[in-house]
Amino acid sequence: MKAVVVENLKYRYPSTERLALDSVSFEVEQGEFIGIIGKNLAGKSTLCEALVGLVPHFYKGAYGGRVVVDGVEVLSSDVSELARHIGIVFQNPFTQVTAAKLTVYEEVAFGLENFGFERSEMVDRIDYVLKLLGLYEYKDRNPFELSGGQMQRLAIASIIAMKPSIIVLDEPTSQLDPLGSEEVFKAVQSLSKEGITIIMVEQKMEKIAQYADKVMLMNEGRVIDFGAPEKVFSRSDLETYGVEPPVFTSIAKRLNIKDNDTGLYPVTLEQMRRLMISEPHRS
Amino acid sequence: MNLIEVNSVSFAYTEGVSVLKDVTFSLNEGSVAIIGQNGSGKTTLVKLLKALLKPNTGDILIKGVNTKETTAAKLAKTVGLVFQNPNDQIFKNKVLDEVMFGPLNIGQSVEEARENAIRALETVSLVDKKEENPYDLSLSERKLVSIASILSMSTDIVIFDEPTIAQDWWGKTKIKSIVRNLVDCGKLVITITHDMDFVGECFQRVIVLSKGELLLDGPTREVFSKEDVLRTAYLEPPYVTQLWRAMGYEGVLLSAEEFVKYYESRLPNS
Repeated sequence: MKAVVVENLKYRYPSTERLALDSVSFEVEQGEFIGIIGKNLAGKSTLCEALVGLVPHFYKGAYGGRVVVDGVEVLSSDVSELARHIGIVFQNPFTQVTAAKLTVYEEVAFGLENFGFERSEMVDRIDYVLKLLGLYEYKDRNPFELSGGQMQRLAIASIIAMKPSIIVLDEPTSQLDPLGSEEVFKAVQSLSKEGITIIMVEQKMEKIAQYADKVMLMNEGRVIDFGAPEKVFSRSDLETYGVEPPVFTSIAKRLNIKDNDTGLYPVTLEQMRRLMISEPHRS
Repeated sequence: MNLIEVNSVSFAYTEGVSVLKDVTFSLNEGSVAIIGQNGSGKTTLVKLLKALLKPNTGDILIKGVNTKETTAAKLAKTVGLVFQNPNDQIFKNKVLDEVMFGPLNIGQSVEEARENAIRALETVSLVDKKEENPYDLSLSERKLVSIASILSMSTDIVIFDEPTIAQDWWGKTKIKSIVRNLVDCGKLVITITHDMDFVGECFQRVIVLSKGELLLDGPTREVFSKEDVLRTAYLEPPYVTQLWRAMGYEGVLLSAEEFVKYYESRLPNS
């Protein structure tokens, strides 16, 4: 069974004329790590909302096509049922943190309580995610006394604790320091290796190139390209879509350094280093 | 007289839990990036510079005025702070009203305020959205509105808290150009950021905070040369420097342009 199947999805928000999603079709295998890139208003966040059912169940609007996540059809289900299969980390952690709980620990427990997990299972999961995201020392602090980056990690922890089959993350590391950001990518990658499907919107192209199995390039509500990071970032028209490739790819394009076997540009530091060291690569 | 003097400043929100400890530095015109781990005290520091908070011990002088003896409102003509989250800053129903609010507040006439607001909206390429409600715009556009609201006041000191968050390539390019233009106009631009490549490309000086203490302060290239110290603050040099070092070369590179130039100069036939 595919983790995600999207067929000819079209969507327009209420009181708007433009399609926010237009003829979107793709499939994701279980355990794949998908990076979604594109300029602002390309439809990335709307697609995330469509995967978790906020589109159309919360936002309403005009909806056509079909979205199936973890075997459940989004249109005929509801957001609370879908939450057992797919979780979302929002772009702004203030949107996510409930404000109903007084400590970081209780905040992570909130979703688990709602799903009726056994207390011992809850304790194990909360301890695990707080340590995984470097928040254990803040477990007794009020969530609103955390820094922006710590709050963002709390939002991620709350979703990971629920271990849904699919996790959608909308720019989850935008407020994190570089090594904190790296830790989140590594944590997410380890979840993907455990079989959890990851769909992440991100502007940090170097990280997406390093960690994602596939990259989806969106523009004006449509999927422009979907494939290996090397294939997508080697496109010569990326700037047209408001996307700057990883800095390694930008340098490789200027120095005309390509992989001779694939004809594609390197996208990670390691790929670039290997190609630069092994001559001949300049044509 | 320095534009900003921070002398032995310490601050705690809760007694006994220090957020800043004995921080000292001075700043004049140019571009300065403040970097550090999440929770290292960066946002608290810029709130102190804007007099939204007052030091528990030590003093901050803005153009010679002690922030303990003034208010954020009185400093509004001198210090502009763009918040990390535009939703914390924006409160008007129309983009133009939002951007005019600051100029009007510091005593400009309606005509003058409107002229400055339009100019600021042109700078961030949002003049065609001037009649819209800021909350109908995307998060990145709202961030640009919050930047325009500060630019419209033409303060000598402009502080950005994480300006590149939620910005795509176009938005980042726009923000880089705004920083450079402000510096060219003789302003002091202070920016909190986690984007090390942005720091490498646009900032002349870097201040590193770690657990509330000033860990490093110096020219950008010099600060990024101290990779081991940076790691203790959860930081790393720009990707171009990482690649340069992975190739076995010494030194710090700050942009892709520098990389291409230095790499080509090392080719045998160059």
